[in-house]
Amino acid sequence: MSFLNASGMTGGYGKADILHGCTLTVDKGQIAVIVGPNGAGKSTAMKAVFGMLPLRGGSVTLDGADITALSPQDRVKKGMGFVPQVNNVFPTMSVEENLEMGAFIRDDDFRDTMEQVYTLFPILKDKRRQNAGELSGGQRQQVAVGRALMTKPKLLMLDEPTAGVSPIVMDELFDRIIEVARTGISILMVEQNARQALEIADRGYVLVQGANRYTDTGKALLADPEVRRTFLGG
Amino acid sequence: MELLNALVALTNYVIIPATSYGAQLALGALGVTLIYAVLRFSNFAHGDTMAFGTGVVILVTWGLQALGVSLGPLPVALLALPVGIAATALLLLGTDRVVYRYYRGIRAAPVVLVMVSVGVMFIMNALTRFLIGVDQIDFADGERFIISARTWNQMTGMREPLTLRTTQAITVVTAALVVVALFWFLNRTRTGKSMRAFSDNEDLALLSGIDPDRVVRVTWIITAALATVAGTLYGLDKSFKAFTYFQIVLPIFASAIVGGIGNPVGAIAGGFIISFSEVGLTYAWKKVAGYLIPGWQPDGLLQLLSTDYKFAVSFVILLLVLIFRPTGIFRGKVV
Amino acid sequence: MSTSRQPGETSPLRAPLFFAILAALILLEWLTTGWNSALGILNMGLISAIMALGINLQWGTAGLFNAGAMGFLALGGLAPVLIAMPPTPGAFAAGGWGILLAFALAAAALVGAILAWRRLSRFRGLAVVVILLLGFALYRLAFDPAVAAIEAINPSAAGNLGGLGLPTLVSWPVGALLAAGAAWVVGKTALGLRSDYLAIATLGIAEIIVAVLKNEQWLDRGVLNVNGIPRPWPVPYEIDLQSAPAFVARAESWGLDPTLASTLLVKLAFLALFLVVILLLIWASELALKSPWGRMMHAIRDNEISAAAMGKNVTRRHLQVFVLGSAVIGLAGAMMISLDGQMTPASYNPLRYTFLILVMVVVGGSGSNWGSVLGGVLIWYLWVKAGDWGPDLMQAAMAPLPEGDFKSHMINSAAHMRMLLMGALLLLVLRFSPRGLLPEK
Repeated sequence: MSFLNASGMTGGYGKADILHGCTLTVDKGQIAVIVGPNGAGKSTAMKAVFGMLPLRGGSVTLDGADITALSPQDRVKKGMGFVPQVNNVFPTMSVEENLEMGAFIRDDDFRDTMEQVYTLFPILKDKRRQNAGELSGGQRQQVAVGRALMTKPKLLMLDEPTAGVSPIVMDELFDRIIEVARTGISILMVEQNARQALEIADRGYVLVQGANRYTDTGKALLADPEVRRTFLGG
Repeated sequence: MELLNALVALTNYVIIPATSYGAQLALGALGVTLIYAVLRFSNFAHGDTMAFGTGVVILVTWGLQALGVSLGPLPVALLALPVGIAATALLLLGTDRVVYRYYRGIRAAPVVLVMVSVGVMFIMNALTRFLIGVDQIDFADGERFIISARTWNQMTGMREPLTLRTTQAITVVTAALVVVALFWFLNRTRTGKSMRAFSDNEDLALLSGIDPDRVVRVTWIITAALATVAGTLYGLDKSFKAFTYFQIVLPIFASAIVGGIGNPVGAIAGGFIISFSEVGLTYAWKKVAGYLIPGWQPDGLLQLLSTDYKFAVSFVILLLVLIFRPTGIFRGKVV
Repeated sequence: MSTSRQPGETSPLRAPLFFAILAALILLEWLTTGWNSALGILNMGLISAIMALGINLQWGTAGLFNAGAMGFLALGGLAPVLIAMPPTPGAFAAGGWGILLAFALAAAALVGAILAWRRLSRFRGLAVVVILLLGFALYRLAFDPAVAAIEAINPSAAGNLGGLGLPTLVSWPVGALLAAGAAWVVGKTALGLRSDYLAIATLGIAEIIVAVLKNEQWLDRGVLNVNGIPRPWPVPYEIDLQSAPAFVARAESWGLDPTLASTLLVKLAFLALFLVVILLLIWASELALKSPWGRMMHAIRDNEISAAAMGKNVTRRHLQVFVLGSAVIGLAGAMMISLDGQMTPASYNPLRYTFLILVMVVVGGSGSNWGSVLGGVLIWYLWVKAGDWGPDLMQAAMAPLPEGDFKSHMINSAAHMRMLLMGALLLLVLRFSPRGLLPEK
C-alpha cells in the first residue's frame, strides 16, 4: 500500500465528469509528477486528491487512513500541504508572516520548522521582513512552498510550481523540490514542463481526458517512444 | 510678533479643529476600511452604527451622572464607552448572524451587499431614534477648556486668542491610543495577522486553517469599537444629532478611498487630508492674511468656500482621486 | 440583482392581482380618510413610481447602485423655477451677465487646466494649480458682486434671478436634461471602477446639489423657498373653476359642492398627466429593452466579463444607462415641484428621496418596469400610512403603562417605525424574494 493512494477517482464540478477513474499513488519520500495535454484534468486530479472536487466514485487514503470524506482543511491537519498555482501567497504580509500563517493550525512552537524552511530557501531569510507581493516570481513560489511546509506535511502537492518563471529559476526550484523529498516528504506535482519534471520524477502519470494513459517511472516514460512522440514533442 | 499672531490664529482656527476632526474621520474610516478589507463591501450603515454606539454611551453617561459619578476634568462619557462598545458589538454580531452571513454563504456580489447594508441602515436609523430621539444632545461634562482664551492672554499677553478645548485634546489622545492598539493587534497578534491574511487572500487563508467565521466576528467587534469611539468623540466635540451621523458617512468614505480603501494606514492619512482640506478651504483667511501682510485689509473674508459647502470638499477630493489614482494614495485593494 | 436569472415562471395573473390589491388599498384610504388624502397619496405615489423607473433602469437593467437619487431629483426640481417662474424685474440686468461671465471664467479655467495637464510635460501639476487658483479668484471677482446685486432686488419676495416665464411643461424635459448633465460628470469619473465607488460618488453629488439649492439665493431663493410655481397645462386652478359658471353648474348638477369639485378635478388632472408620463416612459423603456441596445444591456448585466470579451464597451453602456436613468429621476423632480407648486430645498432628505426609492425598486422587482410602478405607489402608501399607524400602535401598546417619561418617549419615537418597516421590507425581499413582487420577465 502506497503512502498516498487515490484510486478510481471519478467526478467533476457540474453534471459532466472531468475525471474518469483516475488513479494516483505516491510512496514515502518519492516524487510523483502528473503530465498530459491541456485540458487532461491534471490540476483537477490534484484538487480531487486535496478534497476540492466532489467525487462520485473512488477513494483517497493517506498513510492507510481513508480521507475521502474530509474537507481540505481537515486534510491539512492529516498531513497534506497544497501549493495552488496562482494567488499562493499573502501579498501584503511579510515573508515571515506568510510562514506564520502557514503554521496557523499548529499550537506548538514552530520556530524550528521556520528555520528549516529558511535553510532550504536561504533567500527567504534575507527577505523575511519584505512583503511577499514585492518579491520576484521565483521567490514568491519559494514563499508559497515554504508556507505549505510550515504544517510539516507528509505529502506536499504542487500545482505547476514553475509556471511563468524563467528556465534558470525553474531548475533551481526543481533542485529545492528534490531536497524537500529527501527529508522524507512525499511530493505530488502537476507540471507543464513535462520533460524536466519527469527527469526528477520517481513516478510519472500521463493523464488524457481525465484517465490514466501511461504510468511508469519518470525515466521509463522519457524513454518510451510513444510517450515522447505524443506528449513530449519528439 | 505679527508672524506669531498669524501662527496663533492659524493654530486656533485651522490646525486644532482640523486635527481633532481628522482624528474622528480617521477612526470612522478605519471602521469602513476594515469591513471593506474583510467582508469586501462598502458599509452604508456605518454612520448609523456610530450613531447607535454614541446613543448608548449617552444613555449610560446620563445614568452615571444621575448616580453622581464624575471624572473630574474629564467627561463621564469616557467611562460609558466600554458599555457602548459592548452594546454595539452585540448589535453588529446579531446583524451579521441574521443578515450578512447568508450573503457570504452564497458569495453575493459586493453591490448586493451594499444594497443589504442600506436595509440595515434603515433599521439602525430607527433603533437609534427609538433609543435617543432626533434632538441635538450635548453630553460633554467636566472641564470645558484646557487653555481658555483668558488663560492664554494671561500666559502670553498676546492679543490673538488661542483656545484648546478638553474634548479636542481627548479626541486626539484617544484616537492615537486606539490607532496604536489597532496596529499592534493587526501586526503583532495571531488573530490580527489572520485577519490580514483573510483580507489578502481568502482562499489561501482557508487552506491555512484560518476560521473565516472567527475572522468575521472579530472584524465586527473591532468595527463596533471604532465606530463607538469615533461617534462619541465626534459627539463630545460637536454635540450629538442622529442625522449628522448619517451625513458624516460621505467624508468618511472619502477618507477611506483617498487613502486607499482596505488599507488602515491610508484610512488615517485620508481622514487628515479630508479634514485639513475641509477646514482650510472653508476658513476665512482674512485675519491671518492681515497679520502676514501688514497694512493690507482685504475687502472679503478670503474664504474660498462657505461652510455650507464642506461636503463639496470631500466630494471633489474623492473625484480627483478616482480620476488620477483610483487605488488611493496608499494603494488599497484592487479597483 | 443576481448574476444568474431564470426566465420568468410567474403566473400572468400576478401583476393584475397586485395592482388590484393596490387599488383596493387606495380605495380603502378614500373610504376611511377621504378622497383628498387618497388622491394625494396616489399622485405622489405615481411620482415616486417615476423615480423608481429611473433607478430601475440603473439598478435593474445594469446593476448600477445610485445612492444619489435625491440630488438628481432636486436638480430636476430646479427646472420649473428657472423655466416657469416669471423673471424678476431688473435681476438679470443687475447681475445676470456677471454670473454668466463668472461661469464662463470658471469653465475657461477648467478647460485651461485640462489642456495644461495634457500638453505640458514639466511643472504641469504646478501649472494646473496656478490656473485653477487664478480661475477661482477671477470667478469670485465676477460672481460675488453679481450675486449681491441680484439678492438686493426685492429680497422679501424675490432676490433671485427668477425664470423665463415659459410653460411649466417645458421645464419637465429641462429638469431631465439638468439631471442628465450632472449624472454624466459623476458617471464619467466613477464608472468603470469598483462598483461601490459610483454609490459613494452619487451620495456626494446629491449632498452638494442640495447644498447649492439651499444656499444660492440668487438661483432659487435658497431656504426662503420659491412659491407659486405655475401649474402645468392642462391642470386648472381651483379659483378659476369656482368662478366659472359652467363648472359650478356642472358640479351642482352632479350634486357636488363646487369648491370640493374643483380640488377634486385639479387632483384628477394631475393624476391623468402623471399616468400619461408613466405610460410613455414604460412604452419607451420596453421598446428600448427589446431593441439590440436593450439585449446588449442585458448581456452586459448578466455577464460583464464575457460581454467585455465580445468587444462591448461596458463602461460606455453603463454611462448611457446611468445618464438615462438619472434623466428620468430629474423629470420626476420637475414633476414633483410642479405638483407642489413650490420649491423647498430644505425638504430634500436622503432617506426619503434616495434610499426609499431603492426600497421601491427592490420590493417591486429589480428590472421590472411594472414592478417599479407597483413598488413606487405601494411603498409610498406604506411610508405615509406607517407614519400614522406607528403612533397609534404605540399608543395602544403603551396604554397599560402609567404616564411618564418613558411612555411619552416611546410614543414620540413611534414615528420612526416607518424606518424600521422599510428596512425590514428591503431585507426580507432581498433575502427571500430577490426578484421582487413582480419579477422581470
